[in-house]
Amino acid sequence: MPEKRLISRSISVPKNLFPLLHDKKVPYNSASIADMIYRQKPPGKSSESIKIHINNKAFFTLPGKSVLEACLENGIYVPNLCFDTRLKSQGACRLCVVEIEGMPGAVASCVTAVKEGMKIKTDTPYIREMVKVNLELIISDHPLDCMTCQACGYCVLQDLAYIYDVKDIAYSGKVHEKKVFSDNPFIRRDNEKCILCGRCVRMCDGVVGANAIGYAGRGFESEIIPAFEQSLLDTDCVFCGNCISTCPVGALQSKPYIKKARIWETEEVKTVCPYCGVGCVLNLQVKNNTIVNVDSDIGGNPNKGNLCVKGKFGLDFVSSPKRLNSPMIKDKSGKFKKTGWEKSVSEVSSKLGSIIKKYGPDSVAVLSSAKCTNEENYLMSKFARAVIGTNNIDHCARLCHASTVTGLIPTFGSGAMTNSIDDIKYADAAIIIGSNTTEAHPVIGYELIRCVQENGLKLIVIDPRKIPITKYAELHLRQKPGTDIAVLLGLMNEIYKNGLVDRDFIDSRTEGFETFKASFADYSAEKAAGISGVDIDSLIKAAQIYGKAKNALIFYAMGITQHTCGTENVMAIADLAMMTGNVGRPGAGVNPLRGQNNVQGACDMGALPNMFSGYQGVENDNMRWRFEKRWEKTLPNKNGFTITEIIEGAAAGRIKAMYIMGENPMISDPDILHIASALKKLEFLVVQDIFLTETAEFADIILPGACFAEKDGTFTNTDRRVQRVRKAVKAPGLALEDWKIICMLSSAMGYSMDYRNPSEIMDEISSVTPIYGGISYDRLEEEGELRWPCRQHNDPGTSILHTINFTGGKGRFIPVTHTPPAEMPDDNYPFILTTGRILYQFHTRTMTGKVKGLNEIAPANIAHINAEDAESSGISDGDKVILKSRRGQITAGANVDANIKKGVVFIPFHYADSPANMLTNPAYDKKAKIPELKACAVKIMKV
Amino acid sequence: MQISDLPKYPLSQDEITVINEVIKKYRDKKGALIPVLQEIQKNIGFLPVEVQKKIAAELNIAEKEVYGVATFYSFFSMIPRGKNDIRVCLGTACFVKGGKKIADKIQKELGIKPGQTTLDRKYSLQVNRCVGACGLAPIIIINDKIYQKVKTEEVMDIIYSYNK
Ligand code: SF4
Ligand code: SF4
Ligand code: SF4
Ligand code: FES
Ligand code: FES
Repeated sequence: MPEKRLISRSISVPKNLFPLLHDKKVPYNSASIADMIYRQKPPGKSSESIKIHINNKAFFTLPGKSVLEACLENGIYVPNLCFDTRLKSQGACRLCVVEIEGMPGAVASCVTAVKEGMKIKTDTPYIREMVKVNLELIISDHPLDCMTCQACGYCVLQDLAYIYDVKDIAYSGKVHEKKVFSDNPFIRRDNEKCILCGRCVRMCDGVVGANAIGYAGRGFESEIIPAFEQSLLDTDCVFCGNCISTCPVGALQSKPYIKKARIWETEEVKTVCPYCGVGCVLNLQVKNNTIVNVDSDIGGNPNKGNLCVKGKFGLDFVSSPKRLNSPMIKDKSGKFKKTGWEKSVSEVSSKLGSIIKKYGPDSVAVLSSAKCTNEENYLMSKFARAVIGTNNIDHCARLCHASTVTGLIPTFGSGAMTNSIDDIKYADAAIIIGSNTTEAHPVIGYELIRCVQENGLKLIVIDPRKIPITKYAELHLRQKPGTDIAVLLGLMNEIYKNGLVDRDFIDSRTEGFETFKASFADYSAEKAAGISGVDIDSLIKAAQIYGKAKNALIFYAMGITQHTCGTENVMAIADLAMMTGNVGRPGAGVNPLRGQNNVQGACDMGALPNMFSGYQGVENDNMRWRFEKRWEKTLPNKNGFTITEIIEGAAAGRIKAMYIMGENPMISDPDILHIASALKKLEFLVVQDIFLTETAEFADIILPGACFAEKDGTFTNTDRRVQRVRKAVKAPGLALEDWKIICMLSSAMGYSMDYRNPSEIMDEISSVTPIYGGISYDRLEEEGELRWPCRQHNDPGTSILHTINFTGGKGRFIPVTHTPPAEMPDDNYPFILTTGRILYQFHTRTMTGKVKGLNEIAPANIAHINAEDAESSGISDGDKVILKSRRGQITAGANVDANIKKGVVFIPFHYADSPANMLTNPAYDKKAKIPELKACAVKIMKV
Repeated sequence: MQISDLPKYPLSQDEITVINEVIKKYRDKKGALIPVLQEIQKNIGFLPVEVQKKIAAELNIAEKEVYGVATFYSFFSMIPRGKNDIRVCLGTACFVKGGKKIADKIQKELGIKPGQTTLDRKYSLQVNRCVGACGLAPIIIINDKIYQKVKTEEVMDIIYSYNK
């Protein structure tokens, strides 16, 4: 359990940091200061560093930093209110004044760059007086109701008033009446308390890119408000709450968390967000076993303190009354009856035992979970292979990135993101293809948007929809769903034609280019544009931008992978990157964005039918022997079934029993009517989850698991960062950590699993998994995060893959051809349906469905239809429509949307009462067995 | 005043044409926001919220940017000037002699507060400090014409006499 803190987010300013206060121990909050002091390590002396003097002492810093940053990172505190490491400095509050030799008067240190030999004084009587006067000015127009303010205890203004002893209001000028805005589910703005530091506006514009709020009025009357004083709901606000996280005072508050606790009553637990693959680090504030607020450390971690609406406001599900709190067994009448662990475990073990005996171990299949920890996935793989004796184990990565693995392993040798999020800033150009980044991976979206605005990064978006990030794109190529390869080949053809290939790279680092050339040889820009429907000039320009960039990144997600040609799509991306030499450098690489918080980890841990942890093939004798030795058991030596094949097997009666941990295929998988009939055929189904999901309804036995906030462990995020998950609250009722449940079951089935804690499991993982070889809880505690491959205890981890050699030695060009989707529109089903995510819901809504505010914003399923199509089908905005495919039909609301290409319909897949996967086509990619969720033919009718 | 309280002043067809032309003229120019706002303000006399939203959409500028500029310069207004401008003196002398009552009555009858304009854009109402004619209190001024010793009962007749 965490240590009890006196004051959350506060740290004591060490004595020597603040000469003014030498004998007082001042609790100091300013998140930005805390982070500057503790996170940004001073660079020390190096060839690049320059020497400066602060208060007569010499320090080293790097050119390009501001004086304020240089002071803070060297442990010298300078007061500040409008500064945040995440934002461009503006110099608004004038609290950060210092004296600099050779410059007249006091200068604002946050907007002054350091220079070699600069002599800085931070604490002279003159400066002290100026700071105090500035504080008095600010406080004279600030309501003094600290006693009822939610920010009391972490407000920077309050702390500074305390430090500088500002009590009387020296200028009792006019105090204004300003407005309160809280007509939305998440954010309360009280402009009476606003000190106009401008941080929220810079955050919303510069980082989030939403431009939702701005200054209005002039002079004394000016305030920060949404345009026309409308509700934030009517602006482009994405409710990320990052404006709240940067506000130094109590003007911005998280509505759902107001009045839940005073900050000093809470304990803070640092853990990782349970939603998407970005892996944002969250600080959960806990009081009485309940999460009462969420924030994030500013400056560090993949997210630097930024979050999205789900991480910030989407955690109510943890304490939902609907959580499963006891094992349940279905009785004869089909009703679930609560029972204890002993009964349920012995029931599961004897049932599984007898099925194995009767039909053999390969009649059992296991679905592991991208929501569970690495340790749990590893144990699940061990359970399937060593206890049940089958390789029939898979998880939802099959549905999202299986084609990444089958596409990148033959080309690069590794199926993970080649670069890290911190690397985006080094790129001059980036292609985003088939990824709605700002909605599905918001924090990566922010970094892209920030780099566009601050560094001039050139974005090329290739997507059938005008997704939000196109606002920041240099070019938007709108292809028809399923024509990605044609576009990519067109780009390659243009690049080759114009001599923009990187010959050196091709010759020294790759093989197969000469044969590969035939793939794009006849894909002239005209032909590519003709097939895909993209604008030909844009295609030519895009080839110029990507081909000429010094460093260029490619980001992709399910728009690429969820096709029958998913593997070839991915290979085409790899080919494009290799022929321009854009692999293996900061700002140059290929980056599949992983959807779930721990989908990378579940793959790494061997929740796959053909691999042990660390991508060690089960059919490879040497690798298998390693596990047999460690697990002391003979292991099955043939690849098992994938999810798609497991469901097929269940339908055909080959699979008799399934054990599903934390997955909900009844919503997430294609053609769910088919899945339902397959699940019904099973002799025995165990579901281990935190809620009674649509899939759990079919179970014979339900085992209640613990959610992310109730256990210790690790998650591996999309850029291969292994980070610690920590227990913050107790699981409800009898619910147990999933790893404990697996251990109990395994032991009951005669294979003892005896771990005292997840740290011991990690030690076992690192002993059999070379890429995790150097990872341990002690190191994670100390270093915060480690990126695999991290092979030895002294290996710092790897932030960029394939720097000198490709993981597979040489990069291999693999020929690709354009293949249209398995199901094309025709007279009966004239539209192409494509599915995806929206910002406010996640996956099958098992978690987000329990969060009130999110469902206020996105309560029901909406189909997005192009305006012309809507008109010709007689549909108007807000109508109810029926969508019908060859497999089923659903109803949804209609949104007539200019952002949709003609002939295309988009629908999110989250909603159980209007499940998009009733329509989708289970036709799959032959290598990856990933279903084509991104394209099928439908018709639309008004209800 | 809350922006949400602002009535939606109907625009005439001519005004809409002017607005569209101004926006069209500047659509692809950089730094066009202020000139666009200026020309519309000059021609229509105010900047309705809907028009600002339209400008934002057509010039590809964030709404909050347009609104920020529109509220920053005193030259811009989001309330139209009425055809007739009523000013009621609320200086001390006028106040005690019934100016307050007159102001209340006008507010009630026209359904607007000081600083506002009627929906048909015929009248706007202003309250003033002493205009230096205390001997004639209470006074009201309509379009630069001064009415003196106004009686509460008569004030609406005076006002409606402009309603031609
Ligand atoms: S929540 Fe995010 S998008 Fe909304 S105003 Fe704040 S910073 Fe902008
Ligand atoms: S709301 Fe907070 S962050 Fe925004 S300007 Fe006011 S004080 Fe600064
Ligand atoms: S971006 Fe992803 S990891 Fe970060 S807060 Fe949002 S859902 Fe969580
Ligand atoms: S921190 Fe430098 S002026 Fe505000
Ligand atoms: S008080 Fe009205 S004119 Fe002086």
